[in-house]
Amino acid sequence: MRTPEELRYTEDHEWLRPAGKSGRMGITDFAQDQLGDIVFVELPEVGRQVKQGEALGVVESVKSVSDVFAAVGGKVLAVNQELVEKPELVNQDPYGQGWIVEIEIADESEVAALLDAAKYEPLQEGGH
Amino acid sequence: MGKRTPLYEEHLKAEGRMVDFGGWDMPVQYPAGIVAEHEAVRQRAGLFDVSHMGEVDLFGARALEFADELVANDCQALQQNQILYSPMCYEDGGIVDDLLVYRLEPGHVLLVVNAANTDKDFAWIEERRRKLFPDVEAKNISSEVAEIAFQGPKAQEVLQRLTSFDLKKILFFWVQPGVEIAGRKALYVSRTGYTGEDGFEIYLRNEDARHVWQAILEAGKPEGVLPCGLGARDSLRFEACLPLYGQELDKDHTPLQSKLKYWVHLEKPHFTGIEVLKREQEEGLKRRLVGLELKERGVARHGYPILSPEGEEIGVVTSGMPSPTLGKSIALGFVPMAYTQVGQALKVSVRGKGIAAEVVKTPFYRRSGK
Repeated sequence: MRTPEELRYTEDHEWLRPAGKSGRMGITDFAQDQLGDIVFVELPEVGRQVKQGEALGVVESVKSVSDVFAAVGGKVLAVNQELVEKPELVNQDPYGQGWIVEIEIADESEVAALLDAAKYEPLQEGGH
Repeated sequence: MGKRTPLYEEHLKAEGRMVDFGGWDMPVQYPAGIVAEHEAVRQRAGLFDVSHMGEVDLFGARALEFADELVANDCQALQQNQILYSPMCYEDGGIVDDLLVYRLEPGHVLLVVNAANTDKDFAWIEERRRKLFPDVEAKNISSEVAEIAFQGPKAQEVLQRLTSFDLKKILFFWVQPGVEIAGRKALYVSRTGYTGEDGFEIYLRNEDARHVWQAILEAGKPEGVLPCGLGARDSLRFEACLPLYGQELDKDHTPLQSKLKYWVHLEKPHFTGIEVLKREQEEGLKRRLVGLELKERGVARHGYPILSPEGEEIGVVTSGMPSPTLGKSIALGFVPMAYTQVGQALKVSVRGKGIAAEVVKTPFYRRSGK
């Protein structure tokens, strides 16, 4: 499983790539591997205000349904429309083309509270 | 820790992702993934460990008669080495389980039941036996028997490399005892399955399971045969509209409601539950299983409410997923009879949002030439 150093992680297996006042987020390589073939991604409305930890989308695989939780609180600035037609991008490139939303970072301290790669690594258990 | 089949070590070796299924440690998928495993079975062939399934032997002069009392389908019509599929009902018409009945040599019938139901089924069979057929012997042999399902259009061709017995002689829903596969004598080889494809179910002594499993995977390398987990087994059976106990079938629904009328023989002199089913048939069903196709993006999952076009809750989804073969999001569910016509517009409540759906013909998938 890949766990890029430059990203920040949640205990629920989301990642955030902070870039100034906003950041893209998605689900981790470990999460996509655990879910298996992703067949549907439900995206939030652009402009929606979410709190840190609030469910803002849904990722469905053949077998299961999983919420995507906001890595930080703020306004949803953009969503990855490509996932509507190609949900498998989440499997193929979870940290790149498989990003799910771009979110405003309203409170920098929330980013600081996220996990770095070294702290997230040990949470990837239960795989093979 | 759950129960393990004789193939447990093979699953670990192949990096199967192990999950609990009805008390068994079983692979839900291997690294290829559910969709790739599903496609392997539709296009080539796939190998499933189904050793968790339950097997019950019935012995005695009246073994077949007893089986005929237990199940709704017509066992008396079976010839030696022929098999039937049937629901088995309680006296109130609710479903105990669905199973296969193998008519073997005179005085011997084999019942193959669902893994999660084995103990419940055996208790029920014993209860009926003591009451009605005390001269018949029933034996739960599940722990002594391994079972491998080899399914897909290439299954016969690959399996033929491992046996001198002409597999073409085993017709659909027939069984051959004692066929030698890769040098090991199988208890039975039947042309049956749970995928909607051609294929075989191979019953083995536990100690022969790993050898035969490895031999089939090795023989099938040129065809790209894959080991397949419970995930693909579920998506394959779902597309073919083969019901799953606990979803399409349970004690609260009758086989008529679960769309198994073809396997219910109400003209039989008797079987357990017949009185209730006859009455239901005469009075008309209140609800029935239907196939649904979602018209908007989304997945209708087990337990999601089905709504009328006006938004009233009228039924419930039993199984649903995006069909790997058809590329559509489809589902099965129970609705009142007034809503069962093909073309009927309905909605499925997906996380509180009404998604447009339509009643469609089942099965969703049928293999060509069948």
